[in-house]
Amino acid sequence: MKMDWNTMLSYNWGAMMPEFIILGTAMSLSILDLFWPKHFNRRKLAWLAVTGIILAFLSLISLFSFETVSILSDTFRLDTFAKAFKLILLFGAGLIILLAESYEPKEGMKEYRGEFYYLFLAALLGAMIMTSSGDLITLFVGLELLSLSSYILVGIRKHNRKSNEASMKYVINGGISTAITLFGMSYLYGVTGSVNLGEMSRTMAGMTDGQLLYITGLAFFMVFVGLSFKLAAAPFHMWAPDVYEGAPMPVAAFLSVISKTAGFVILLRIFLSLFLTAPGDTIGALDFFEKNDGYISFVAGMTIIIGNVIALRQRNLKRLFAYSSIAHAGYLLVAVTTLGGGYFLMDTMWFYLLSYLLMNLGAFAIIQVLSSQSGSEDISILAGLGKTSPFLAIAFTVYILSLAGIPGTAGFIGKLNIFLGAFITEPGHYVLAGIMIAATIVSYVYYFGLLVQVYFRPVHSDKLIKVRLGLSLVIMVCIGGTILFGVAPNLAFDFLHNHFGDFKDFISSG
Amino acid sequence: MNVYLLSLLVFSPLLGIVMVAVMPKTEERTIKQFGFFGTLPPLVISFFLFAQYYSGVALSSFDIKVNWIRFGNLSMYDPNLFAVNFELGLDGLSLVFLLLTTIISSLAALASTNIKHNWKGYYLLFFILEIGMLGVFTAENLILFFIFFEMTLIPTFFLIGKWGYFEKEKASYQFLIYNGIGSAILLVVILILFARTGTTNIAALMQMMTMGGVSLFAPISDSMKYGLCLALLIAFGIKLPVFPFHSWMVRVHAEAPLSIVMIHAGVLLKIGAYGIIRFGMGIFPDQYQSLASIIVTLGVISLLYGAFLALVQTDFKLVLAYSSVSHMGIVLMGLGALNEAGMQGAIFQVISHGLIAGLLFFLVALLYERTGTTALTKLGGLAKTMPIFSGLLLAGGMASLGLPGMSGFISEFMVFLGLFKSQPVLAAIGALGLILTAVYVLRAILMMTFGKDNSLIEQKRYDLKGVELVPTAVLLGLIIAIGVYPNLLGKPLQGTIDAIMLAVGGR
Repeated sequence: MKMDWNTMLSYNWGAMMPEFIILGTAMSLSILDLFWPKHFNRRKLAWLAVTGIILAFLSLISLFSFETVSILSDTFRLDTFAKAFKLILLFGAGLIILLAESYEPKEGMKEYRGEFYYLFLAALLGAMIMTSSGDLITLFVGLELLSLSSYILVGIRKHNRKSNEASMKYVINGGISTAITLFGMSYLYGVTGSVNLGEMSRTMAGMTDGQLLYITGLAFFMVFVGLSFKLAAAPFHMWAPDVYEGAPMPVAAFLSVISKTAGFVILLRIFLSLFLTAPGDTIGALDFFEKNDGYISFVAGMTIIIGNVIALRQRNLKRLFAYSSIAHAGYLLVAVTTLGGGYFLMDTMWFYLLSYLLMNLGAFAIIQVLSSQSGSEDISILAGLGKTSPFLAIAFTVYILSLAGIPGTAGFIGKLNIFLGAFITEPGHYVLAGIMIAATIVSYVYYFGLLVQVYFRPVHSDKLIKVRLGLSLVIMVCIGGTILFGVAPNLAFDFLHNHFGDFKDFISSG
Repeated sequence: MNVYLLSLLVFSPLLGIVMVAVMPKTEERTIKQFGFFGTLPPLVISFFLFAQYYSGVALSSFDIKVNWIRFGNLSMYDPNLFAVNFELGLDGLSLVFLLLTTIISSLAALASTNIKHNWKGYYLLFFILEIGMLGVFTAENLILFFIFFEMTLIPTFFLIGKWGYFEKEKASYQFLIYNGIGSAILLVVILILFARTGTTNIAALMQMMTMGGVSLFAPISDSMKYGLCLALLIAFGIKLPVFPFHSWMVRVHAEAPLSIVMIHAGVLLKIGAYGIIRFGMGIFPDQYQSLASIIVTLGVISLLYGAFLALVQTDFKLVLAYSSVSHMGIVLMGLGALNEAGMQGAIFQVISHGLIAGLLFFLVALLYERTGTTALTKLGGLAKTMPIFSGLLLAGGMASLGLPGMSGFISEFMVFLGLFKSQPVLAAIGALGLILTAVYVLRAILMMTFGKDNSLIEQKRYDLKGVELVPTAVLLGLIIAIGVYPNLLGKPLQGTIDAIMLAVGGR
């Protein structure tokens, strides 16, 4: 299609308002950082970043009334899916900026704090573009924007050996995974002759040639493998513990929440729009997903088992949470495998990612407080927290119980949704659900091991624990949300159903 | 008023939580007093409910139902599809269990005076535990049941792990993992039922499962029903505990603080029996019926195994722990008898064991406070120094071995009456257990009360006094009251038993 000035103007650019705001904030932050005198404390810039994120959040809410908008020949779509998941991304990003504002390691953060904020916003922008894109090219560009920014973020403490190592590992692993994903995408383009997800979906639905189907299978496999790196799903999870350990605390939080959400977003975008409609064999007896969901369920099962079992042996809190986040990615993959039983997929993904965001960020916030005070990341820094700071201890308990999936917390409702999806299908995914429930019991051991440190062990250091404003805000929001969505999950479900219905406009029509 | 009474009952321990939470943590005396006062509101409300029932108010008038969660966006098909309501309800069975809970909780709060540190945290967890127990017995749907069920689990983990004896952490972990496995199995069953039928309401499920021809959201095959029924029995069997799954319970009895053991043996174990009656028999009557002989066999094994092991223990706490295994075996035998007498006997046994275990562990708590030991070999000659205590201990022991005129006799009599009707051979084997019970109870008590007086110098062997006599008197009074006038329990239970027997096809 030929682009001229008038068509450009006729687009409803308002639909991209949140992205523009984030972009603008990132640009102004970078300019400020460049020209402001050296002695000026960059920490204050965080509040500018937070303001930008809040504005973007508000503008996103104001867009709820819009019907589905598609601009730039469907490369950017503002559909219900995009709206719903951008909410999570922006919310999580706001909390992580607050974490970063309070982050004060012994060395290496001061000089580059300004850089941190605008790179972070750039990564967020990448994730947001992914949620909104109806086109393989923009999906990939968003993915790369996210990935490249996070490579730098991981290594932002330039003189810290571990941070450097982590960054290097992440670049190499990430580069390989991107290459594999792109290779798979190129096959998809070859098979369908288009990069528009809607058009591709229609072409693939009518595909009967066995050769082409074979190549499609190959493409599916490669895209899945590539994205599994991003999700830190086993057996492609190896980078996660090292990278989490080396990365600054807020970046580890970013990787485990925003980056993971973005990974699931792109997975859903590609899988649901392309492979759901494709036939599985030449006669059309099976559809593509039925034929190939074994691979996803295998990866899901592996991820759950490996994440939970290896977490048992961890003494370093960041590594432990890396494995725990691997395990949670596995739980979410169960929902992808079962497609939520056909009724619960979007509810499940959205709710679980939201509750995971709340409980995980809360736990990271408390670990950040303790580790920056003691300079250690060993599990023993939690010892005696119940005595020295009962409020932090109670907050931490709530997050951990939620991560373990104990009733009364958001994590339980999230798991309930996943199980419902697994059992409602015919035949039910009993093996996968069995693995998941058994692994949940295993996870009790290490999650409650943390609580044992908090309550049963003698005090580690009786220094008074200082919590900065930003952090205490994060802790409060997270504890409130975890309990609220655990006790009254209908607040979230009703919101979702009232505004986004069944996500009917997910696949493009244009 | 009536509608909110049940919610009020279940959440009334919150008052205690607030009272204890506002106290500074150094105020030991006040916290302990508030800890006891906090258990009074549920006690009063449950007795009020009981009185209402006896004055002829229908128990169903207390039911409450509020919309709570709806999974999936399916309300356009049917507003009740995948909806979980907040619904509490009451029938005779749950009323009896509620009374047991509130009585034992209050007495356990009294027995908690020997908690040595962190009183505040202790009582906060104690009240959360009580909310959980009250909720379990009033929940009208499976999800709510599960939530309250887990709510008993987490506080107990901390109560054992922080305030228990030497190997407390090991015991609390074992408790957590065993019960975690049990509740995981339970959760799977609940969610399969939920996913397939679209509801978790117990009454609705009973109807769907027992009457054919009701359209389900997704089919449940017959073999799946067997699987679900078996899984339910395993889940509650771990809780009860049944023979191969009992090791965690023995450890908990040995290591947990004694006031918590009172609750644990008195109420928490009973959730297993309650679950089997409510869900196993209620939702899967046909499958349950065909598994009955397995259930009875396991019951007999538990009875004999527990009795034999109780016979050789040298610690009184362990004698009581194994006697719990043994007595729970009797419950299973009654439940497997598949007739009214057996069923009634099983429920009587549950209640009576709750009271007896409460009494005996309360006495053990007093003894431990005085002598610092519960080892049978180190005690002896208590009858001389602590005559009242010894008398009460003997009374508790007599109740435990089923002396006529006490509640233990009624329940065991009815269980065997029922079982001899349906499974005479197994019943005859089981009857051996009764003799063993008499032997191990008398052996242990005689070793403690008579025997050689080898008291150590630091032991302070003064007899029971004042406030310590109240709980024992209450419990012993109830035990004798049920023994003399069983209809006290029988009347409220009758309706529930009839309904379940009808479904199971009682003979």
